[in-house]
Amino acid sequence: MSAIDEARPVVTPSIQRRTRKMGAGSVGIEVLKYAVLFVLTASWLFPFYWMFTSAVKNDSQVYTIPPVLIPNPAYWNNFGDAWSKNNFNLFALNSIFRYALPATLLTVISSGIVAYGFARIRFPGRDILFFICLTQIMLPWQVTMVPLFITFKNLGWLNSYLPLVLPNAFGSAFFIFMLRQFFLTLPEELSDAARIDGASEFGILLRIILPLAVPALAVVALFRFLGAWNDFLGPLIYLNQEHMYPLALGIDRLRRNISATGNNELVYPYLMAVSTIVVTPILVLFFFAQRTFIEGISVTGIKG
Amino acid sequence: MRLTTARFEQMTRRDRHSLMTGLLFISPWIIGFLAFTVFPLFYSFYISLTRYDLIRDPVFIGFANYTELFFADPQFWKVVYNTFFYVSLSVPLSLGFSFLIANLLNTNIVGRSFFRAVMYIPAIVPAICTAMVWLFLLNIQYGAVNGILQSFGLPAIPFLSNPELTKPSLIMVSIWATGNAVVVFLAGLQDVPRSLYEAAVVDGANGWQQFRHVTIPMSTPVILYNLVVGFIGAFQEFTSAYLIMGNNGGPLNSALLFSPFLYMNAFQFLRMGKASALAWILFVIVVIGTIVFFRTSARWVYYGGEK
Repeated sequence: MSAIDEARPVVTPSIQRRTRKMGAGSVGIEVLKYAVLFVLTASWLFPFYWMFTSAVKNDSQVYTIPPVLIPNPAYWNNFGDAWSKNNFNLFALNSIFRYALPATLLTVISSGIVAYGFARIRFPGRDILFFICLTQIMLPWQVTMVPLFITFKNLGWLNSYLPLVLPNAFGSAFFIFMLRQFFLTLPEELSDAARIDGASEFGILLRIILPLAVPALAVVALFRFLGAWNDFLGPLIYLNQEHMYPLALGIDRLRRNISATGNNELVYPYLMAVSTIVVTPILVLFFFAQRTFIEGISVTGIKG
Repeated sequence: MRLTTARFEQMTRRDRHSLMTGLLFISPWIIGFLAFTVFPLFYSFYISLTRYDLIRDPVFIGFANYTELFFADPQFWKVVYNTFFYVSLSVPLSLGFSFLIANLLNTNIVGRSFFRAVMYIPAIVPAICTAMVWLFLLNIQYGAVNGILQSFGLPAIPFLSNPELTKPSLIMVSIWATGNAVVVFLAGLQDVPRSLYEAAVVDGANGWQQFRHVTIPMSTPVILYNLVVGFIGAFQEFTSAYLIMGNNGGPLNSALLFSPFLYMNAFQFLRMGKASALAWILFVIVVIGTIVFFRTSARWVYYGGEK
C-alpha cells in the first residue's frame, strides 16, 4: 500500500538537479509540461462541461452554431423536469435498493468468507482450487451470457433482479483474489493466538480479521457498487418492463422514446440533465474516497 | 477415488478438520463456480451446436453455426475486421498514451492527484452517460466538436455518418476512457527504486537514457498487465460501441464490433445457437491472444531478478 503514497513526491534525480539550478532550458521544459497538462485537462473535462452546460439550455441554445459555451439564461428547471417527467425517481430507487445495495452486500460477505478460506486455512487442494478461481477472471462474459439467460428464463426470473443479484451470493473471482491478497498480509500469530483460546475459524474471521480488513472490504464494496450503478448490459438483457428499470435503462429509454416519436424538443438538454444527475454521485464518491479508489486499482495492477 | 478416501482416512483428525473447514469456507465459490461457470460453459457449447430460437426446442445441427459464420456470412468477417481494427489501434494507442501521461505525472508536478483524477474519472462514470455526451459532441449538425471546428473556419467532420470515421471515433472515445491504465502505470512508476536512477546518473545517463534504460525495463511487468487487461477489455467492448453506433454498428455496419453483433444475434434475431458459436470464437481468440502475450513476455518483461 505504500506504493501509492500521495505525500511523497517522486522525483528522479535529474529533475531534482534541474529544479535546483533552473536554467532557461529547464524553465522551458516546466512551462511545456504544464501547458501539455492544461490542454489535456481541458479536453478531458470538456465532455463533462458540455454535459452540464447543455443540461441547462433550451432548444435555441442547444442547436446553434457556433455552440453556446455559457448558457444565458440558464434553465435550471431542466434538471427537475427531465428527472420527474421521466420517472427517474423510480429508476433511482431500483438502481440503489433492488440492484446496487443487495449486490454489494452479498459480494462483500461471500467474497470475504471465500477469500478467508483461500488465504488463512491450510487444506489439501487449496492452491489448485485457487488457481481455477483465477482462471475464472479471464472467462469472457459473452460465453456464459446466452446459457445463463436461457436458464434464468426457464426459472421464470426474467423481469426481476434475481439474475443480476443472486450470483453475487457466491463470491466474485476478482474480489476473492483481491481480498485473499490482503488477508495474506495479516500476521498469522493473530489467528494462532485466537485458536489457542479455542475460537472457531468463523469467529476468528468475524472478530479478528474483519475489523482489520475494513479498508480492503471498502475497496470491494466501492467497486461492486460502481459496477452495479454503471451496469447497462445486464439490465438490458434481463429487464424489459419499465417499472423495473434501473437508471441506465431509464436513460436509454429516454433516448429511444425521443428518437421514436421524432419529437426533438429538449432531446439533448433532458438527456444531458439526467446524465449529469446520474454521474454526480459517482463524482462525489470519488472525491471522498479517492485514496480507496486509487489504492484498489493500483494494488490489483501492481501486486497482481 | 479409492485413493482419495484412503488418503482421507490416513489424515490426522486435525488435518481432516481443516480440510472440512476450508471447503466449508470456499463452498459458496464452489457452488457458484459450478452453477454460473462450469454448467453454462458446457451448455453454451451445446447450444452452439443447435438451432434455437427460445420458442421451439433446440435442434442439433452439428457445426453448422460455425460453418455458416465462416463461409456464408459476410457480415461476420466484417465484424471480425472491425474488431481487429478497433483492438489493434485502441490498445496500443491507449497504452502508449497512458504510459506517457503517467511518466509526466511522475515528475515533480504540483497537483498530481488532481490531474490523475481528471484522467481517471471518465473510466468510472456510467458508460451510458458518457456515450450520450459523445453522441451529442460528435453530431454533424449541432455537435460541439464540429461547432468548434467550424468557428475556426474548418469543415465539419462526419464522425458518426462516414463509414471511414466511425471506428476511429470509437477509438478516440476509448483513449479518453483509459484512466485505469494511467493510475496503474503511475503506481508502478512510483515503485521503481530511486537508487536505480541515482546509479544511472552516476554513470552519466541523461534524462532520455534514464527513461530508456531504467523506467521502461522496470515498467515492463505493468506494461504486460495493462496490455492483457486492455486487450481483453477492448475485444469485449459493448456499451460505448452499442450506444454510440446504434444497433447496427453505424453506417454499413462499419463499427459493428464483436459483442454488439453477438448481442444482436441473441436478443434481436433470437439466434441463440449462432450467438453461442460467436461467443466460443471470441473465447478462443481471447485465450490465444493472452497466451501469446504471456509466452512472448519472457523475452521483454523484466521481473527484477525475482523470478
